[in-house]
Amino acid sequence: MKNQPIMQATERHLKNHSGIGQVIRNTLTMAYRGLLKIKRTPEQLFDVTLQPIIFTLMFTYIFGGAISGNVQNYLPVIIPGILVQTVITTSIVTGVQLREDMDKGVFDRFKSLPIARIAPLAGALLADTIRYTIASTLTFTMGYIMGYRPEGGLGNVILAGLIVIACAWAISWIFAFFGVISRNATSVQGISMIVLFPLTFLSNAFVPADTLPKVLQWFVKFNPISHLVTAVRELTNAGTVGWDLIISLVGAAVIVAIFAPITVRAYMRRT
Amino acid sequence: MSNEYRKIVEKADWAVEASGLVKTFGDNHAVDGVDLQVPTGSIYGVLGPNGAGKTTTIRMLATLLRPDAGSAKIFGYDVAKDPQIVRQLIGVTGQYASVDEALSATENLVIFSRLLGLSRQESKRKAEELLEEFGLTEAAKRPLKNFSGGMRRRLDLAASLIAQPPLIFLDEPTTGLDPRTRNQMWDTIRRLVKSGSTVLLTTQYLQEADELADRIAVIDHGRVVAEGTVDELKGSIGTSSLHLSIQHTQDMQDARRIVEQVLKVQSAASPEGGKITAPMAHADRVTDLLIALREQGIQLAELSVQKPTLDEVFLTITGEGVKEDKQEKEGIA
Repeated sequence: MKNQPIMQATERHLKNHSGIGQVIRNTLTMAYRGLLKIKRTPEQLFDVTLQPIIFTLMFTYIFGGAISGNVQNYLPVIIPGILVQTVITTSIVTGVQLREDMDKGVFDRFKSLPIARIAPLAGALLADTIRYTIASTLTFTMGYIMGYRPEGGLGNVILAGLIVIACAWAISWIFAFFGVISRNATSVQGISMIVLFPLTFLSNAFVPADTLPKVLQWFVKFNPISHLVTAVRELTNAGTVGWDLIISLVGAAVIVAIFAPITVRAYMRRT
Repeated sequence: MSNEYRKIVEKADWAVEASGLVKTFGDNHAVDGVDLQVPTGSIYGVLGPNGAGKTTTIRMLATLLRPDAGSAKIFGYDVAKDPQIVRQLIGVTGQYASVDEALSATENLVIFSRLLGLSRQESKRKAEELLEEFGLTEAAKRPLKNFSGGMRRRLDLAASLIAQPPLIFLDEPTTGLDPRTRNQMWDTIRRLVKSGSTVLLTTQYLQEADELADRIAVIDHGRVVAEGTVDELKGSIGTSSLHLSIQHTQDMQDARRIVEQVLKVQSAASPEGGKITAPMAHADRVTDLLIALREQGIQLAELSVQKPTLDEVFLTITGEGVKEDKQEKEGIA
């Protein structure tokens, strides 16, 4: 060891808060860590690879004839629906994995470092957007193979994908919160599924809302997932931007504004 | 003395200043009013059995846990009010290696360096430097899954040293290490202090505290039960101690009674049986004791007078010996 003298406490320049620059730098470093982990254990990407392929095939061929007369007509309806459903479901994995990660000793070190408190969480969630990207790409690719030709054009399809990824990132804060407060990874999965199942299925993702009973129609109308699905449909199928897109983005921002602070707080309280 | 000046003096004098720290988990008073004062530039040992509250204390000092009561200052900065400043002054090496299992040693160090504000290149250089220092260069690219316990511990310590913090917490740094690796770890800790760091380490091993620490706090059931230099602690239980083995274990009670009568102290019986230890202030007394034992017809197997070891200090202070006494007496009654 080089006997480089240690700078004593009194000679140091110290500050008690992390600026926005540090928040971003720390978060990006933590995201880099997340990506390295994915690179090391690529098998954890199985779910995001298989789910879009299987679900897209399955739902299109099961519901296609019944709902739209044939598969071809159903594709513009189902592809945006399944895209939203798949990507948002994937964000549960984020919560589960964060929970597992937090049980490891390395999170103790993150806590004892003078870094932005939000960084370990935000970084992990940011790294997981790679999953959402894979899921989105595969869903659109499957759709294309089955004959889906979105009228909105490639640019709007990519834009729609990015919007879904952004919203999934926002929603993943909810599951991150469950991850921080629950006892173990299995219970995160449990709670998250209970929340997400009704939300995705009681929306306009798979069936037109007007075929449903009145009460459900009312629920579907207010369901944020429906707005996101509609926004994606408008973008991909017509290339238009409507209210639903704005509502979706505002909703996503509200989720982050609420859940990011309480998640960080709960995280700091954990022993 | 102006307030401002006093503040600076305090900051320079004490690396750690804790008073009345309390942490309760449910019914368990893990830490029950701990006071600590660690002088800057020293190695300070916190010694105690498993579950005494050592780790909880360290976690509170390192801002990882919020104390339920009491306060702690690191170089004059309050852990509750200025946690982010405190974090810039400390390095923490936990009982369980706090490094990333899925990544390689280099990747771990680079990520911690980046988080501490080093540039990409500086981080790489720092990682290489530390890996070399800790003899991990060959294993730099391997995932940690294949690391031995000793390698993990060394990497963990290396990670704590990236920012060259003036205060380093080591929570049981050598638990579970083989003797050779343990000695390496001790050397590293000594070198750290030479370069100006203050080290606060916890240990269950008296030998380790004896070897390394300038001052020791003995902690038991969440409280500091003794504090001082190694010599002071040893002195506190008498200058030397008597070790006595008797030939017939049935004479045990009689022998202990005589020892206690003659030396006017509490004796302790070792669990193996047949051995009695007692603190002894004057070597002269041995003569009286031997005569008394001969009169009672107790035959000795072995007798020696030894300087006290920290083990005895520890057992005396934490009352382990006394507890044994009680059990024995109850057993007889």
